[in-house]
Amino acid sequence: MIDTRVNICGVELKNPVMTASGTFGSGKEFSDFIDLSRLGAVVVKGVAAVPWKGNPAPRIAEVYGGMLNSVGLQNPGVDWFIENDIPFLRRFDTKIIVNVCGHSVEEYENVVRKLQGQDIDMLELNISCPNVSEGGMSFGTDPKMAENVVKAVKKLADKPLIVKLTPNVTDITEIAKAAVSGGADALSLINTLTGMKIDIYRRKPVLQRKIGGMSGPAVKPVAVRMVYQVCKAVDVPVIGMGGISNAEDALEFIMAGATGVSLGTANFIDPYASVKTVEGIEEYMKKYGVSSLDEIRGIIE
Amino acid sequence: MGKLKIGFIFTNRSLYDILIKTFVFHTRGSVYMKKTETALVLSNNKLTEGIFDITLKCPDIAPLARAGQFIEIYPDNGANLLSRPISICEAGADTLRIVFQVVGKGTALFSNLKSGDKVRILGTCGNGYELKPGSALLVGGGIGVPPLLETAKRLIAAGNDVTVVLGFRSGSFLSDEFEKLGARVHIATDDGSVGFKGNVVDLIKAESLTADTVYSCGPKIMLKFLSIYCEEKNMPLQVSMEERMACGIGACVGCVVKIKDETSADGWTYKKVCKDGPVFDSKEVCWE
Repeated sequence: MIDTRVNICGVELKNPVMTASGTFGSGKEFSDFIDLSRLGAVVVKGVAAVPWKGNPAPRIAEVYGGMLNSVGLQNPGVDWFIENDIPFLRRFDTKIIVNVCGHSVEEYENVVRKLQGQDIDMLELNISCPNVSEGGMSFGTDPKMAENVVKAVKKLADKPLIVKLTPNVTDITEIAKAAVSGGADALSLINTLTGMKIDIYRRKPVLQRKIGGMSGPAVKPVAVRMVYQVCKAVDVPVIGMGGISNAEDALEFIMAGATGVSLGTANFIDPYASVKTVEGIEEYMKKYGVSSLDEIRGIIE
Repeated sequence: MGKLKIGFIFTNRSLYDILIKTFVFHTRGSVYMKKTETALVLSNNKLTEGIFDITLKCPDIAPLARAGQFIEIYPDNGANLLSRPISICEAGADTLRIVFQVVGKGTALFSNLKSGDKVRILGTCGNGYELKPGSALLVGGGIGVPPLLETAKRLIAAGNDVTVVLGFRSGSFLSDEFEKLGARVHIATDDGSVGFKGNVVDLIKAESLTADTVYSCGPKIMLKFLSIYCEEKNMPLQVSMEERMACGIGACVGCVVKIKDETSADGWTYKKVCKDGPVFDSKEVCWE
């Protein structure tokens, strides 16, 4: 018998597989293809206090083994989310993790205040989006600012608080420790790596905003390394992501120390990728006699 | 009065057609249902320089097709990961025909597909044109021409009078197929190599072409000037837009266009080409 369950801050997930914020909407688009109840959790697209328009197009560029995006957290706002997306997701037997975005501490606080008492399971504080000019990644690259915003949000949060980290820093363990000292119950990493692509025929950047966030299989080794380092540096659960496309990738992150894993860009390449990953982890456990993921988590010294 | 009567008969015929189609669709599930499938390449022909014509056998997805919709095709070569949106040129009972231009690595890869090859596809995507009873003017520019073929076919089958205006830089493709369907065809080329020398809007003006509904697909600049003209002449215009996409199903929010929105403080909002479009009412689009 295998047991794929994982526990993150008291919330029990039926398996460690989640969807990375911003790649899965609130699951509606993917419910045409997969049964969302097969997933450990759905991490929804970033939710702000008021609707955000996002950045001008083109917002997407393909790069070798991955992609760049500069969407800029376009979203219809927290009120719309509460009214439409929570009831939709509650039709499925999966956990709901809400990604929270803001331009300022006050904006983050406003979202979290509105989410108080709502039927959700966890919060994920997005201090790592590279595509907004105020807030976003600026909070996630300065340990002091990171600690302060986490502290402010933690006071208002009535659900476990995950803090999502950016890889665009010199030492990710410093930010990880700052987030934990601010009160983070768990950490998730990595958000996208900043990148750029130039169209040499038009002699212009492909993205209207010039610089965007890189994701996809090409970033995976960087992400595994950072998850490994952070797991060694802090005692809270870590959700690993960055280029995960299948069970083999997911298991690398778990062996590096991650409690949960998220698929992002892989959902665009194959809408069944998340469920295939769940199935692949089950197969691996059966084949190699792993009864619980605790047996292999963090086995890399 | 005679004209009105004919219009009325046509209206009934199209309604009948729509009812039949709706019934067929509903027996298969939701109209906007999406599936993935490994399609079999039945043929691949080069129509002209850089333009390829592929017929795919895809019995799961083909019956879902509506005129003006598109499919996503995955390169699956390990390096180019994102699917490419390609409009549906013709839909058969279990086949889809796509006519596309080689514009980058993905389309270059597809241009080399051979009969018997397999390719992973997702579809059908987007809303497609809303086919209205009455006379129709179909305006296509360059690689915007192919989706108008299925549109013309369905409009003619429903008994509507169809005029087609096709614009190219030089030469032409697919025009004979519109003629075979029974559409009146006008061609404009930038270099005057075929038909009228100039752009499609100038041709429409020169020929004083009018219709109850105008359906269009092509470069943004063409759509913009066509939109200005149709507004002047009070002709409703449906435009099919294009933007760089990642997922093709509405999740990534990459492929946005500015659409008028009175509920928004500054009067507009970004809508997704892949899910809210690709077809929009031209009056809703913020042309820049």
